[in-house]
Amino acid sequence: MSRLFVTLIALSLLVPGSHVFAAAGGAEMEPAGNDVGNIASLQRGARNFMNYCAGCHSAKYVRYNSVAKDLGLTEDQVVENLMFNAEKTFETIQASMPLDSAARWFGQPPPDMSLMARARGTDYIFNFLKGFYLDSESPTGVDNLHLGGTSMPHVLWELQGYQRAVFEEPDRQAAEAGAEPVFSHFESVSSGALSPEDYDAFVRDTVNFLEYISEPVRGTRRVMGVWVLMFLTVFLIIANMLKNQIWKDVS
Amino acid sequence: MATVEPEVARPQNSFIRWIDDRFPLLETLRYHATEYYASKNFNIWYVFGVLSLVVLVIQLVTGIFLTMNYKPSSTEAFASVEYIMRDVDFGWLIRYMHSTGASFFFIVVYLHMFRAMLYGSYKKPRELLWIIGMLIFLVLMAEAFAGYLLPWGQMSYWGAQVIISLFGAIPFIGDGLVEYIKGDYSISDITLNRFFALHVVLLPLALIGLVFVHIVALHHVGSSNPDGIEIKDYKGADGVPVDGVPFHPYHTSKDLVAIIIFLMIFTGVVFFAPDMGGYFLEHANFEPANTMVTPEHIAPVWYFTPFYAILRAVPNKLWGAILMGAAVFLPLFLPWLDRSRVRSIRYRGWIYRTSLGLFVISFFALGWLGLQPAEGVYVVLARVFSVIYFAFFLLMPYYTTIDKTKPVPERVVYYV
Repeated sequence: MSRLFVTLIALSLLVPGSHVFAAAGGAEMEPAGNDVGNIASLQRGARNFMNYCAGCHSAKYVRYNSVAKDLGLTEDQVVENLMFNAEKTFETIQASMPLDSAARWFGQPPPDMSLMARARGTDYIFNFLKGFYLDSESPTGVDNLHLGGTSMPHVLWELQGYQRAVFEEPDRQAAEAGAEPVFSHFESVSSGALSPEDYDAFVRDTVNFLEYISEPVRGTRRVMGVWVLMFLTVFLIIANMLKNQIWKDVS
Repeated sequence: MATVEPEVARPQNSFIRWIDDRFPLLETLRYHATEYYASKNFNIWYVFGVLSLVVLVIQLVTGIFLTMNYKPSSTEAFASVEYIMRDVDFGWLIRYMHSTGASFFFIVVYLHMFRAMLYGSYKKPRELLWIIGMLIFLVLMAEAFAGYLLPWGQMSYWGAQVIISLFGAIPFIGDGLVEYIKGDYSISDITLNRFFALHVVLLPLALIGLVFVHIVALHHVGSSNPDGIEIKDYKGADGVPVDGVPFHPYHTSKDLVAIIIFLMIFTGVVFFAPDMGGYFLEHANFEPANTMVTPEHIAPVWYFTPFYAILRAVPNKLWGAILMGAAVFLPLFLPWLDRSRVRSIRYRGWIYRTSLGLFVISFFALGWLGLQPAEGVYVVLARVFSVIYFAFFLLMPYYTTIDKTKPVPERVVYYV
């Protein structure tokens, strides 16, 4: 084994671990802390998504019956509790709102949610759903800390309540140099039906469901991967014995 | 006139004998495998050739299955990839193997090329072998570039936009050429269709043809070795190189071990980290191509970033494109740039060792810089490392001449 090769491998591992998600805004993000392996959380997330999101957002690559299978639900349970605008369980999740009207009402149609967690990251969605604050100049009455000027209204206001964003004004010198006000913290204006902790849990479950639908096969591939690696390990041992046998009289 | 037939045992099996009388079956096997002698002292650097072949096969097989389900149309391409990922049986596995295979292709090919630089494998009489290899590398880059457009994600679209627009920098014919490549005024369904044709027909054919010729050339001149000496110079009484062992079963059994270890790493990525934290599958490519919204940050996949960094290091678009092209093509001339009397780094002096070390550092650094935004200190660093990259090649005729080399042994160094 060449020493140089080992050094090169070590060098390449120094490359930073993750290619960052293109972050909009620049405000600090709180980690979502969701767990895609938690089926109960995914079931709650599915309920949240179908009740609060799917009116406007489709998940057009996701079929109801595959959700039922992966989340340990019967198709009847899905039909009764989650399927509001579809006839058959093999259909995909479509938004109730017609897309062309949506485009007229909001300026652009609400994006499809099938791959949002893979495209933007779970942390982003978690913080986005917690980042609405009152803004009297916005047509929806709110703006979002993580996507300024968003056309999405604060759909979850009944649960979270409304909050105000407190910005720290830069000192005069910095302001003259063109510095923008920096976000400091949120202040509750009116409380919602959920406590802040329960709201966090609600959003976390929802984000968890979004992560699951962004790659439904995630669980399957990990289980299969373990078997594949076990097979290759056995194969490696045998192949190595074969090699040693063949090479034994080379000197 | 009677000619003396060489004494070669006729095959026992009547079926094989029937074939062998009509096709040079055993002769070919002997020439390329059982009587192809390669040095016994190959180290780990010598497995990346066969690993490249393994990845090529993976890409061809998974590619065929992807083609059965993919739709090369700007309105359907993105959705058909998600259809493969979710609805096709084992479609996700096929797709992840193909996307991971693309990155691993470049990993093993870069390491394979670096092996040649370590041990001077490109030096006489293997110049043509090296040139064919460089052509494979160029075709591979085109293949990867064309393939990256096919998922029709945001990065597919805008990455292609950036690279194709480079041709627009060429004076006079630039704009016309860009239109000719795209087949339209912008990247569209037409572009997608022709890239699909190139990706699944023309370029793979070229790749397979060149790989075949690469192996024929290799077996004609014989493999080099870490000592950079010719094993053919020391033959035994039977006419067989003393330090050589038959490719089959010796090197094949060794390669099998290497292939399994490689597959463990490969499947580790496929099953446990298929997007490799955004390096193998870029996050932005999970959003469908949107011609109206440019992503904030356009970065090619990691294997193109060293060259992309050189492109952006130059303030002028035309010169940036020219230097990027030069960076890709320069290694082609290595057999003539390298004037050293010895092949292997084992017997070269400190000057070449240092230069090669600096080259590796600059290649890694440029690769990292290509992923960063082109601003401030990143551009300055990209310029510094670009200069090192080019200096490695352009000053080579000089520093390899003055470098003090060590005496080369007559026989290969081999430890049991």
